[in-house]
Amino acid sequence: MAEKWSWTAVSELLPLLLEGAKTTVIITIAGFLVAGLFGLLFAMLRRSPSKIVSKASGVVIDFIRCTPLLVQAFFLYFALPEIIHVRIDKYAAGIAALGLHYATYLSEVYRAGIDNVPKGQWEASRALNFGKAQTWLRIVLPQAIPPIVPVMGNYFIMMFKETPILIVIALPEMLLQAKLYGSANFRYIEAYTMVGLIFLLLSLPSSYLFRRLETKLNRR
Amino acid sequence: MPAPFDLLPLFGKGILVTLQLAAASAALAFVVSFVAGLSRLSKLRVLRWVTAGYVETFRGSSLLVQMFWFMYAFSILFEMRSMPPFLAGALAIGLNYGAYGSEIVRSAVKAVPKGQTEASVALNFTAFQRMRLVILPQAFRMMLPSFGNLLIELLKATSLASLITIGDMTYRANVINNTLYRTEEIYLILLLLYFVIAYPLLRLTRWYERNASAGRS
Repeated sequence: MAEKWSWTAVSELLPLLLEGAKTTVIITIAGFLVAGLFGLLFAMLRRSPSKIVSKASGVVIDFIRCTPLLVQAFFLYFALPEIIHVRIDKYAAGIAALGLHYATYLSEVYRAGIDNVPKGQWEASRALNFGKAQTWLRIVLPQAIPPIVPVMGNYFIMMFKETPILIVIALPEMLLQAKLYGSANFRYIEAYTMVGLIFLLLSLPSSYLFRRLETKLNRR
Repeated sequence: MPAPFDLLPLFGKGILVTLQLAAASAALAFVVSFVAGLSRLSKLRVLRWVTAGYVETFRGSSLLVQMFWFMYAFSILFEMRSMPPFLAGALAIGLNYGAYGSEIVRSAVKAVPKGQTEASVALNFTAFQRMRLVILPQAFRMMLPSFGNLLIELLKATSLASLITIGDMTYRANVINNTLYRTEEIYLILLLLYFVIAYPLLRLTRWYERNASAGRS
């Protein structure tokens, strides 16, 4: 029987996994930008004075929140092209799935931030005859966003840990690299253990940093 | 039945498997949450460190990776016969969400006012009585909404188990799709199925959140 843990396999795996880690990180950053943008959009639509817009966006948010990211990725990559008759790139589908899914979580975070801006600030900006766009961009958001940065950071790390799901649309992130190596060489222990360790190595220090940032921001 | 819904009966057994897997892993996660959450508050340093190690390991890496690890690495490493997929899935999900749940338990117990502990010491309660009769009943009320949200996340996470060949709804959808090629209808139904199961949980959690804070400052 072959030895249980092979260091040769580890040294062969490492470059492949680092390649995969690069893809994982890039996908996470791109997905987070989408989530940040759509999260803000969702939060603003939810606050819309029009009841229909507010209710409809609430239904969309709840629907996305109540269904698994995995199935959403399937839907965007395999089903949507059948409906709109356009081929969708796997990177685009993966980033969109990750981004839209987390946009629903981030919209809650934005909402908390926006609710914390004192009412007087809205009234003052109306008294000064600011337009709607000006009120949002120059008065409300600059005060709403800094306090929620650490919470958004936590969602960034959560997103990072969910990227392996995109293995189902053959996105070459870390887990796919591990799986390919594992099945080619029958070395699953090393492959999956190392992916786990790399995730730990990347996510633990960053969550520590965000926790420190949180205490720092709370002290102000 | 109209077009997409004639597919619904094909999902039958998959729905049952999803619910079974969710129930099994939720039960494990619930027990683990309390055990790990309380032992992180223990006076014994060794116990605190061991649980902290467990919690950080499972929260710091990815659930799908953990599932693959239990399924394909664990049994080889410990020279067991290969692990049944259902067990590997329930273990990975239960231990992963248990790690998140333990933080809920820990923060809720810590949020119970200090005076309650002092009062129960003054009344000559033992540590066990204090936990069981004074602290936990109050902490439990605070935990409920967070546990509700965690349960929704856990339910969605069971879809990952399809990737280690557990025949849940998602797995069934893929199988049906491989023979019928009615992709858009199949995945739409799958999304709706998850929504129908998770949405009542979401409403219940929100309802409780509103009611628990009503009339209290």
